Amino acid sequence: MTKRTSQGEIKIDETEDVIRCHGAWILSYADHLRQRVDALTWPENKELVLDCNQLDAMDTAGAWLLYRLQREVERAGCRLTVQGLQPAFTALLGIIATRAEDAEAVLPVRYGVLERLGRRFAGHMEQAAMMLAFIGEAAMSALRLIKQPSRIRIRPLLHNIQSAGFEALPIVGLLSFLMGVVVSYQGAEQLARYGASIFVADLVGLSMLREMSPLLTAIIVAGRSGSAFTAQIGTMKVTEEIDAMRTIGIAPMDFLVLPKILALLIAVPLLTVYADIMGIVGGMVMAKTQLGIHYADFMDRLEDAVRLSSYLVGLGKALVFAVIVGVVGCFQGFQVGGSADSVGRQTTISVVQAIFLVIVMDAVFSVIFSWLKI
Amino acid sequence: MAELPCIVEVEGICTQFGSLIVHENVSLTVQQGEIFALVGGSGCGKSTLLREIILLQKPVSGSIKVFGQDVLGLDDEGALPLRRRWGVMFERGALFSSLTVLENVGLPLREHTELDSGLIDELAALKIALTGLPASAGAKFPNELSGGMRKRAALARALALEPELVFLDEPTAGLDPLSASGFDELVKNLKDSLGLTIMMVTHDLDLLWRVADRVAVLGENRVLGIGTMEELSQAEHPIIREYFHGARGRAAWEQAWKQK
Repeated sequence: MTKRTSQGEIKIDETEDVIRCHGAWILSYADHLRQRVDALTWPENKELVLDCNQLDAMDTAGAWLLYRLQREVERAGCRLTVQGLQPAFTALLGIIATRAEDAEAVLPVRYGVLERLGRRFAGHMEQAAMMLAFIGEAAMSALRLIKQPSRIRIRPLLHNIQSAGFEALPIVGLLSFLMGVVVSYQGAEQLARYGASIFVADLVGLSMLREMSPLLTAIIVAGRSGSAFTAQIGTMKVTEEIDAMRTIGIAPMDFLVLPKILALLIAVPLLTVYADIMGIVGGMVMAKTQLGIHYADFMDRLEDAVRLSSYLVGLGKALVFAVIVGVVGCFQGFQVGGSADSVGRQTTISVVQAIFLVIVMDAVFSVIFSWLKI
Repeated sequence: MAELPCIVEVEGICTQFGSLIVHENVSLTVQQGEIFALVGGSGCGKSTLLREIILLQKPVSGSIKVFGQDVLGLDDEGALPLRRRWGVMFERGALFSSLTVLENVGLPLREHTELDSGLIDELAALKIALTGLPASAGAKFPNELSGGMRKRAALARALALEPELVFLDEPTAGLDPLSASGFDELVKNLKDSLGLTIMMVTHDLDLLWRVADRVAVLGENRVLGIGTMEELSQAEHPIIREYFHGARGRAAWEQAWKQK
């Protein structure tokens, strides 16, 4: 068993040009030793002796520090002779010296701020290019499918409509109902002040149909289904099922991606209409209790306020959002590499990216619509 | 041989899973500075015994001493000083998949020492270089490594805290013959240069012939034989004979013979 001896020490004796190492040069004292070594200064261009007679324990950490010391002394232009080092330690030091260059190559290169920024930017650009390639590939498969509609895989499609659409009904309904309540409540007080309470129908109708419903639906679908797409495809990638699929001659695009995107294209607009209805019901209930506006009056006003174009604008947005959520979800699934850990990471990225893009797209729509005066 | 202190002393171990008896009165000792191998057929309880020694599992009865200290009945806190004195390399590496190799190797140092981050990285890099991994491996994640590289990285992590005792579970399993023989050399070199005591579980007869100082054969719930490879290859017990003189055993033996 290794003797647990006194703390490693190093002293420099300037008069005799001797550096003395004492005690145990082991990992437990490595911090202390490093500080001591760093604090030392040596005369330049001299013959120095490294006296290791008192050095009575050394492990690789100690040997590394001793090697560093040796090297630094030599860099200062001194010649260093090692004396009295036990044979076993000499051997260890020799091994460390032969491996030192390799070890230093292992250490990560530390980049400057600008280079890190550049690398990150390049990384993002690469991701964006890959995403574009993915979209292109998906579009090509979609074209092939349109030519041969019989090749559309009905079962996965229906399954995805059920899980992404039907099963999302309760949550989408509840949240849009509440959103209608909130909008109505916030508007009611302001409008009542001007004696324009009835305009709450305009407020609820327009905001739900044009903005809230598509956005809310897309965000919920991104969280529920986009993440599920990523996790499913990612896991299949980890278990090499995707590769197996390719070798059997089934295109993962046809089998995994298109049914999902198609399912969202069907489910998300339907969910949006449902959210429209629930939101308006919520607003109506709130208008009744808060402002005493009767349901019939509310509906009358709604008919005047909401034109067909508002409804279609919402639906159009829903279609675009569906594509965004579907493409991002599947794309991130294919970005999973190797480990189970990566599935979780890509799933998070998928949801965040999908919601981010949906909101950016919504803003773009607002700008375009204001130009077109829709 | 002079009386060397015993690093691991296993005495009268009995292990049972439900009605399945795994060990019945198993005893063995590992001396300082030797490479001790535990062999036996699949399911004979080699890995279980190893897990008991490193406190991952508890036997029904018996005593296990490591560095002269009784390990059974130690709680996690009490076991910590011991755990810092040994390193374990698991069969499939068990590297943390969310960390790079360099971070994996540096993790024990970060947890258990007060060293600053720069020195930790240097020491981890040194261990990686000592195990013969290429420099580019440091920044990689475990899933980007080949099987052999993963084992080397796992060994580097096992060596991070400068252990006196290293446990290797199937160090060459799943490696191609070339990487496996590279690993033999590595184990031997590290043992010599770092003064380690090594206890390993293995199936690899080549590895046994090349590096093991003493070998214990487990079978029929007990230790069937213990000794050097030469001694064991002369043993009369049918299971040992089958183990060492089957087709594969003979080939490895001849190989070892030629090299001498």
